[in-house]
Amino acid sequence: MAADAQAPLLRISGLTKRFGGFTALDNVSVDIRPGERLGLIGPNGSGKTTLINCISGAFRTEAKTIVFRDEDITRLTPHLRTRRGIARSFQIPRPFRSMTVAENLMVALDFAAANEAHATAAQRRDTMMSILTRMGLASKADVSAIRLSQVELRKMELARAMATHPKLLISDEAMAGLSSSEVDEVLDLLMSLADQNITIIMIEHIMQAVMRFSDRVMCLDAGKVIAIGAPNEVMANQRVQEAYLGT
Amino acid sequence: MKRNSAAFWIAMALFLAAMFLMTQVVSNEYPFFAGYVILQFIVLAVSWSILGGYAGYVNFGTNAFFGVGIYTAVFLTKATGASLAVQIAVAASVGALLGLGVGLLTLRMQGIFFSIATIALSIVIETSVTNWRYVGGAAGIQLQRPPALDMFHSYLQMLFFVQAMLAVLAIATSRYIQRSWIGHGLQALRDDELAAECTGVPTLRLKLLACVVSGALMCAAGAPGAMYLQYADPSSAFNLNYSVTVLAMALIGGTAHWIGPVVGAIVLGVTQQLLAVTISSEVNVLVLGVMLVLFVVAAPEGILGLVRRVSGNRGEGRG
Repeated sequence: MAADAQAPLLRISGLTKRFGGFTALDNVSVDIRPGERLGLIGPNGSGKTTLINCISGAFRTEAKTIVFRDEDITRLTPHLRTRRGIARSFQIPRPFRSMTVAENLMVALDFAAANEAHATAAQRRDTMMSILTRMGLASKADVSAIRLSQVELRKMELARAMATHPKLLISDEAMAGLSSSEVDEVLDLLMSLADQNITIIMIEHIMQAVMRFSDRVMCLDAGKVIAIGAPNEVMANQRVQEAYLGT
Repeated sequence: MKRNSAAFWIAMALFLAAMFLMTQVVSNEYPFFAGYVILQFIVLAVSWSILGGYAGYVNFGTNAFFGVGIYTAVFLTKATGASLAVQIAVAASVGALLGLGVGLLTLRMQGIFFSIATIALSIVIETSVTNWRYVGGAAGIQLQRPPALDMFHSYLQMLFFVQAMLAVLAIATSRYIQRSWIGHGLQALRDDELAAECTGVPTLRLKLLACVVSGALMCAAGAPGAMYLQYADPSSAFNLNYSVTVLAMALIGGTAHWIGPVVGAIVLGVTQQLLAVTISSEVNVLVLGVMLVLFVVAAPEGILGLVRRVSGNRGEGRG
């Protein structure tokens, strides 16, 4: 890839995360370029979600291990990271259950997307509706979040993340448990977001989706990066196959 | 929205005017004696709901805040002879600080653990006051009412009107919070704290704010109580009944909207006053318990939820 001259959007260097005696992440380093689509794979328990939690701020990490747009963000709380432009969806959807779909998005717009384009409440509502329309949820705007189907919940999570106006979007298994047509639907959505120059890290177990989506794939196993590179290369990698299939 | 606000403020002004008029024309002291208690419970239930309803942090230490309000007034009366207004203002400041302390508990404790910690807090404070000789210790302390302001016939009527003003203050504050970004943020963090944080909501700051506002109002509600009874002792000032009653009022009224605790406090407060004169004040606790159980089983969203379900427009009613 020829874009190495470009400064990375997110630089993770020497990130180690321990829980008691258990090392969940072991010296992980990776640079993610602006506009890149990175697939993050690895067996269960390999540290994928831990890595996401470190980036989004749910877990504390050592200073300087996570640099976002040339700023050390390791001391920032999650909501400040969100305001800097890091958004995420959750593996198990976490909607605001007492709110409608529209209100779920308005939380993001009111708290995270404060800029000139969103100065007035009317502008924020317009943005909210345009995001919902793009996600195919416009007809659900006034439906209570608890009444959504699984695929709609996943889309709403992505929509809410989008409403924070992110530069980096982390999708944590947004397709788990969906039917194959629904997988395609969500994948198309993610692809269309990436086309708007949003950098995306996608955690996924569905390999066809990873292969179709990613510019690069990174594979974690037992907290270590065992392979990173073009999707085909990573899939062909001996250690990746061992990690997935057992020796 | 604007029309709503105008209606609200007109209603509040009419309410205050009616309360004031009542102090001018009614000479029997009893309505003020009973009304004061109901108003006091409105303030307590409304301010409890700012933390317990909007943010979902169930505070079992209402009695701690209430008692600290009373004893702030006792201390000021004895030490400086401060006026009622000063007593209330200082009590509110002390309550804000106490609220900040409780807010810091929310850093590490959620759900039932937070509630237990607030009970512990009230026991610690009650024990300290019990051992504080200057304010009377366990035996309590008698207080002398100063003369009332000229426009009131008696000090009790003045206390009644002051508590009515506090009720308006509490209701207006709660309403403002619910309708503003603060309320939306609190609602988000009540639903899911991590998701709220990752959506840009400054959860810690909002929780602290809710604790401070709620604490300040509860202590302010307690402050006139010292002069109301002209007597204070730790076991009644810090009585756990206050916590249970206030919690029941908020839950029975409904916590999703600012009007819920107001309705709950009026319904339960009036019922209690009626029971106290017709049967006995001992029955109050029983009735409270039965009503709470009935509501938890039959109408978990309180009177408010019941009304909404009947009128069939659930999910609306913001504002």
